[in-house]
Amino acid sequence: MKEKVVIGLEVHIQLMTDTKMFCNCSTDYIGKEPNTNTCPVCLGLPGALPVLNRKVIEYAVKTGLALNCKVNTVSKFHRKNYFYPDSPKAYQISQFDIPLNINGYIDIPRENSNKENRRIGITRIHIEEDAGKLVHEETDDSVSTYSLVDYNRCGIPLAEIVTEPDFRSPEEARVFLMMLRNIVQHLGVCDGNMEEGSMRCDANISICDSKTGKLGTKTEVKNMNSFRSVKKALEYEVKRQMKILEDGEKVIQETRRWDEERNVTISMRSKEEAHDYRYFPEPDLPPLKIDVKMIEKIRNNLPELPEARKKRFVNIYKLSEYDANILTSSKAIGDYYENAALIYKNRKILSNWIMGELMRFLNEEKIDIEQSPISPENLIEMLKLIDKGVISGKIAKEVFEKMYKTGSNASQIVKENGITQITNEIELIEIIEKVIKDNPKSVKDFNEGKEKALNFLIGQVMRYTKGRAKPDFVFDAIKKRLNKDL
Amino acid sequence: MKFNLLTAREITNLVKEKKVSAYEVTKDIFSQIDRIENKIKAFLYIDRENALKQAKNIDEKIKKGEKIPYLAGVALTVKDILAVKGMETTCGSKILKRFISPYNATVINALKEAGAIIIGKANMDEFAMGSSTENSAFFTTHNPWDLERVPGGSSGGSAAAVAADETHVALGTDTGGSVRQPASFCGIVGLKPTYGRVSRYGLVAYASSLDQIGPLTKNVEDSAIMMNVISGQDKKDSTSANLEVPDYLESCKVGIKGLKIGIPNEYFIEGLDKEVKLAIDNALKLYEKMGAEIEEVSLPHTEYSLPTYYLIATAEASSNLARYDGVQYGYRTKNYTDLSSLYRKTRSEGFGSEVKRRIMLGTYALSSGYYDDYYLKAQKVRTLIKQDFDRAFEKYDVLITPTAPTPAFKLNEKVNDPLTMYLSDIYTIPVNLAGIPAISINCGYSKNNLPIGLQIIGKPFDEKTIIQAAYNFEQNSQLKKRKPDINLPEVKEEVE
Repeated sequence: MKEKVVIGLEVHIQLMTDTKMFCNCSTDYIGKEPNTNTCPVCLGLPGALPVLNRKVIEYAVKTGLALNCKVNTVSKFHRKNYFYPDSPKAYQISQFDIPLNINGYIDIPRENSNKENRRIGITRIHIEEDAGKLVHEETDDSVSTYSLVDYNRCGIPLAEIVTEPDFRSPEEARVFLMMLRNIVQHLGVCDGNMEEGSMRCDANISICDSKTGKLGTKTEVKNMNSFRSVKKALEYEVKRQMKILEDGEKVIQETRRWDEERNVTISMRSKEEAHDYRYFPEPDLPPLKIDVKMIEKIRNNLPELPEARKKRFVNIYKLSEYDANILTSSKAIGDYYENAALIYKNRKILSNWIMGELMRFLNEEKIDIEQSPISPENLIEMLKLIDKGVISGKIAKEVFEKMYKTGSNASQIVKENGITQITNEIELIEIIEKVIKDNPKSVKDFNEGKEKALNFLIGQVMRYTKGRAKPDFVFDAIKKRLNKDL
Repeated sequence: MKFNLLTAREITNLVKEKKVSAYEVTKDIFSQIDRIENKIKAFLYIDRENALKQAKNIDEKIKKGEKIPYLAGVALTVKDILAVKGMETTCGSKILKRFISPYNATVINALKEAGAIIIGKANMDEFAMGSSTENSAFFTTHNPWDLERVPGGSSGGSAAAVAADETHVALGTDTGGSVRQPASFCGIVGLKPTYGRVSRYGLVAYASSLDQIGPLTKNVEDSAIMMNVISGQDKKDSTSANLEVPDYLESCKVGIKGLKIGIPNEYFIEGLDKEVKLAIDNALKLYEKMGAEIEEVSLPHTEYSLPTYYLIATAEASSNLARYDGVQYGYRTKNYTDLSSLYRKTRSEGFGSEVKRRIMLGTYALSSGYYDDYYLKAQKVRTLIKQDFDRAFEKYDVLITPTAPTPAFKLNEKVNDPLTMYLSDIYTIPVNLAGIPAISINCGYSKNNLPIGLQIIGKPFDEKTIIQAAYNFEQNSQLKKRKPDINLPEVKEEVE
């Protein structure tokens, strides 16, 4: 690919304050009866006025500092005017020429390379209020003639993170978003759930002519509701634009919507139809002044961020870079690991089980680790059963699967299914004798010096006992028994 | 005695001394309303039942020996742009007809707590846009001094109700003169506080950076006691100031010897009515006699006030009024085919022509490509206008000007000529742009027996000094206290 792909992102994150941005309504709106989580202020009733929630500033400053931004000690609120029923005031209180945070960055790893990271610039992070939600009633066959509006989400605080057009591929954009989510989760300012809309992403994308270096016309892509769909939508849009350019045609500046069902982007509106938001300074709010001392206090109290946590995992738990990377790729995974590591000393075994079995099951069902049916405590209990020799590693995998599916603990499952290890040596020696008798060829091979035959015989014992035999014991016992024959 | 004729101060004294019950007072208010309201048409909504109930409650509390509230028994009329829980708040517009506010404005809570009895909601120019109350979507209010004339605006209903003794006090709002100009036209006292002195929470916004709530009263004392109740910081209004509020009633009583008064040259120009000028000149002579020092002063950017105001106010209005779209509450068109026609028709049918004119002007001023030349430029000029005042106040304690260029004009005289109408606010608008306080008091009458208003402008948050200056004039003026003709029969009854 000679042409250069140029992508910039605009990411909205809902800030997890207790109350809304400009009133005392709760931010816990999901699942509530429509229009019950409202008041005159967030409904924009005549005469109501906004009062800024100080917690919003704290969370937004935290975000800015974690993303290496400069925090403006004076910033301003503007009104963004537009007519749509999700906006009860017909304007959104946002920031415009002087946002709260500017000039930050995140370093992302290079694709397929261990060379130094790539720096993605963050132009600005401003704060603004969320809008309501339109509900389009589904009727049988016919298209509904009306829509309903639910204002419960109105006034939820948002931070909009705008990046420089620094991404060179859809995958970079996806990786950035994952890292961003991880950071805001560690900060505790946003849960980063793209499916539920607490983190939302729009992208600007264009193709740069490699010969002339001239930037192509950009399109904006909206409605990407998962990390995967961001990548898919951008890949689609890259292909679409490339094709247009190959055909010698021109890309039209427009806003396009990602259609998850059909895996295409669809034109929403052209540049000509773009809104004139008629921004002007919000007269109901004075300029936002932030004390330098407050900024420093927030900086000094920033929690551990993913990068630092990863280093700590390598140092404290003696994990490989690779393991530490995966185990700190989301706040919840890191927390899961650390909760388990507190009560279990063999950290490598622990990381193997989490990264192996647990993640495999979770990924299959697309479940987040917070919803894992196996708690860290239950996982440790199982690991301890292995250590004590109650179950073998192989059996443990079956036990693990049962734990995952039923949610009960390891000892319960072992008891109910009678799958403890056979520790009775007499019983085992009987089985060994039987295996030796049944496999004279392998015995002969072993006696002729073929060590491999021993493994086969051990395997037969394990099969016979359905894996319940202690492998170390079987190995020693067979070897002893065969050597005796010689 | 007819208790509706008294001032708020007189009423509270009588109620405190238990010489009259709040109920009796309120009854008199309603009998006056019954007698003359059909001529004045000051009210959009009258809440007789609740008002009488409220009065009885106060009387019972007094009987029980509870503390008598500050404004016990005072009849309050509220401009229909202020939210009163459970009452219609129409802003004089069809688009908000039948909209009932679910909450109280902060000033309403304060006044109710102080024992004021809310009589009803007063007529006004639609969304406070106008200078004659002729822009009300419902009906025209008549000036009690001459029923053929306008009461001024936009708080015309409030001013007329006070002048016609249908209420003791009223609340208005002042964005470009809407308290002071109708006070001047109706011969009463109107005060526009410093921007930030009184909470705007519950004031339906016209131009947020200019709007202030202010009292309309029969005399300066009443203005002071109203200010005592409504002033102060409100956590619900981020633009309200965190500053001490003095006792304005106490500060009334101080003399004004040595008060430095500036007279802005730019306000005494072509278009100023001769009789108005004469009345102001006479008033200034009295001030001199009382020991004030008077000098001329220049406010060089005055001439830009009107265009500056009509860009900033309309820009803010275009945004503030965008929410009236037929979706959530208020008027919705009957015939629409899609969202855009719902918006277009609702707003075309729901707003009056002056409101539409200002929304279009403001939308234009904020549009991409025009913002810098109009809105931004206007903000810069606004700063220059404010600096004019800052400089003047380095030397003078107050400035005195006419409130309006003429006494009340005739109904329909200017209604089709917006620019001429706009000129009636030429002396009041700069004060809003500068965010400073001003009071309008009566300083005489024309040959046609129409009241003439005098405006005293003060330093930011120095309402105290303008109230002082106004009170001293009121006390020392030889002007015979006149009542509009419409009230003459009541005055006669008093003689008995």
